[in-house]
Amino acid sequence: MAAEFHGEGGRITPGRIAIYALLVLVALYYLAPLYVMLTTSVKTLDQIRQGNLLDFPLAPTTAAWSKAWSGACTGVRCEGLAPYFWNSMQMVIPAVLISSLIGSLNGYVLAHWRFPGHNVVFTALMVGCFIPFQVVILPMARVLGMADLANTTTGLVLVHIVYGIAFTTLFFRNYYVTVPDELVNAARIDGAGFFMIYRRIIFPLSLPIFMVCFIWQFTQIWNDFLFGVVFGGADAQPVTVALNNLVNTSTGVTEYNVNMAAAIIAALPTLVIYLIAGKYFVRGLTAGAVKG
Amino acid sequence: MASLTIRNVRKVYPNGAEILKGIDLDIEDGQFLILVGGSGCGKSTLLNMIAGLESVSEGQICIGDRVVNDVPPKERDIAMVFQSYALYPTMTVRENISFGLGIRKVPKPEQEKIVARVAETLQMTHLLDRKPAMLSGGQRQRVAMGRAIARDPSLFLFDEPLSNLDAKLRVEMRAEIKLLHQRLGATIVYVTHDQIEAMTLGDRIAVMRDGVVQQFGSPQEIYDHPTNLYVAGFIGSPSMNFLRGKLVDQNGPVFALEHGGRTALLPVPTPSAALLKWLGKEVILGIRPEHVTDADSARRAVTSADYHPTEVDCRVEMTEPTGPDTLVFSWFNGVRTTCRTHPRANALPGGDVKLAFDLSKAVFFDPETELRIGLTSV
Repeated sequence: MAAEFHGEGGRITPGRIAIYALLVLVALYYLAPLYVMLTTSVKTLDQIRQGNLLDFPLAPTTAAWSKAWSGACTGVRCEGLAPYFWNSMQMVIPAVLISSLIGSLNGYVLAHWRFPGHNVVFTALMVGCFIPFQVVILPMARVLGMADLANTTTGLVLVHIVYGIAFTTLFFRNYYVTVPDELVNAARIDGAGFFMIYRRIIFPLSLPIFMVCFIWQFTQIWNDFLFGVVFGGADAQPVTVALNNLVNTSTGVTEYNVNMAAAIIAALPTLVIYLIAGKYFVRGLTAGAVKG
Repeated sequence: MASLTIRNVRKVYPNGAEILKGIDLDIEDGQFLILVGGSGCGKSTLLNMIAGLESVSEGQICIGDRVVNDVPPKERDIAMVFQSYALYPTMTVRENISFGLGIRKVPKPEQEKIVARVAETLQMTHLLDRKPAMLSGGQRQRVAMGRAIARDPSLFLFDEPLSNLDAKLRVEMRAEIKLLHQRLGATIVYVTHDQIEAMTLGDRIAVMRDGVVQQFGSPQEIYDHPTNLYVAGFIGSPSMNFLRGKLVDQNGPVFALEHGGRTALLPVPTPSAALLKWLGKEVILGIRPEHVTDADSARRAVTSADYHPTEVDCRVEMTEPTGPDTLVFSWFNGVRTTCRTHPRANALPGGDVKLAFDLSKAVFFDPETELRIGLTSV
């Protein structure tokens, strides 16, 4: 395919024009919502009411952004998204790190220290990936209650770790299977034990798959609404829940500019993570651990 | 250094598959043991069991005087060189070599001395700070050996270490391994599927098939006196020819050689008592290509005044010049037979050549059991 394109050199053919036109069209189609969100967030309410959705902002202002961040009402409280944003951060960072680390250890065991019944465990974890959120809510509420973690950030972290382990284990297991057994055997003969092999041989090979895991887990946990709304108490609600409350507050006029700014703020961290670690995403999912 | 004793070792997997069916081998301190056989014969499994990477279902493995069945790999005082070299990809060559030393709490200055010495021995001092990905196949091989030597173990294990190298490098590294063995006087167990490696490197060879040792002996013993058809065909390149034919009694055993509708009679010099019992019956004659040669070379090479190889005129089907020899292919007893002739014999495809069959080193097999006739014990 690529060779074909190169083979045609720089010649512009009707076919090529059609292809590019189609691609540009599709790109515009996908970018349109982002454009609307960005422009609306810097418009004044007056322009929004009078103008067209696609109009360019006449007098750009960041007032809606500051309001969304620190002044908008989410239900009773009118402190903007900021406190909830930090709630989310406090939840997502430990949840991502811990679930990735546990997944990494699990994957290492399943790939290189097969024990009787390892297939059962692996299958169970696979099934775990297909369990819908709704199914675990009730039992999880009981567990959190018994552990005295209901309505706390710690409780949410625990929920996301438990739910995430199935995915992270699968990621790491499939990556570590590409690490030859001979490498682990060589280290065993050299005298290294279970954790020594993990720390000195396996872990240093794991950067790409850790990145994949970080992106996946961060996106999942950051964007989660259901667990947040069910298990997050008033002081532990994540930003997704706050965004919902902000948008659905029914007192006064609907401030579309504030809503748009709030939505972008809530989506920003996942975008940033993709930009930083995105190059590892495809590489980590496709490449084996050991080259040559 | 240490001896190695393997007593009636069996490996049965939980699914019932019996990979090793009672292996008995022993080698002395400083010997080079080759485990050779086709794929699936159990040779690598046996090596992994010696290393402690796989459990022993039954029997005993002793390194020196110590039964090691339940000793973990790191306490067996062994070092292993793997087929894929298994170098730690994130570590430099130096770190690869000193990894095992560090774990064994060898003090740092001592480690440095050992690394320097090993690098010197294997001429890779300039590679010490590179990562494995920056090394060629031969260099990786060398590092893998260096890592093994650094530990100064009592037993070295090699798992098909040369099979990933190209032909030329393989010959070089083979020589290097042999030199290393001579210099270190190390006890080595070496797994290969390549009979040339087996012949050139080994003090003792165990030819394996389907989890059973077919023959255990020195390379020359195995080459000259194979116990059965499998061993005879496996060891030696080009392979031994197997001609099925009748043993005629003409004042002693004579093998009936059929070619082009005619029958030539090949008398067997100094037949064993066992062979005499087969007079008048069908046997399989095993004769190596170098013992079927052009008549001229055969006459020059005559070693005994009592026996002269029988000369037969035959039709050449095809030739393969290798340089020093020309392999001639011709049909006898319904089998395409490989004969090793001197290039000056100038055998041409479709032409005729006079070949001399030297039966003084031929072996005979029972067509039923495929065992060599005259085998004293199985």
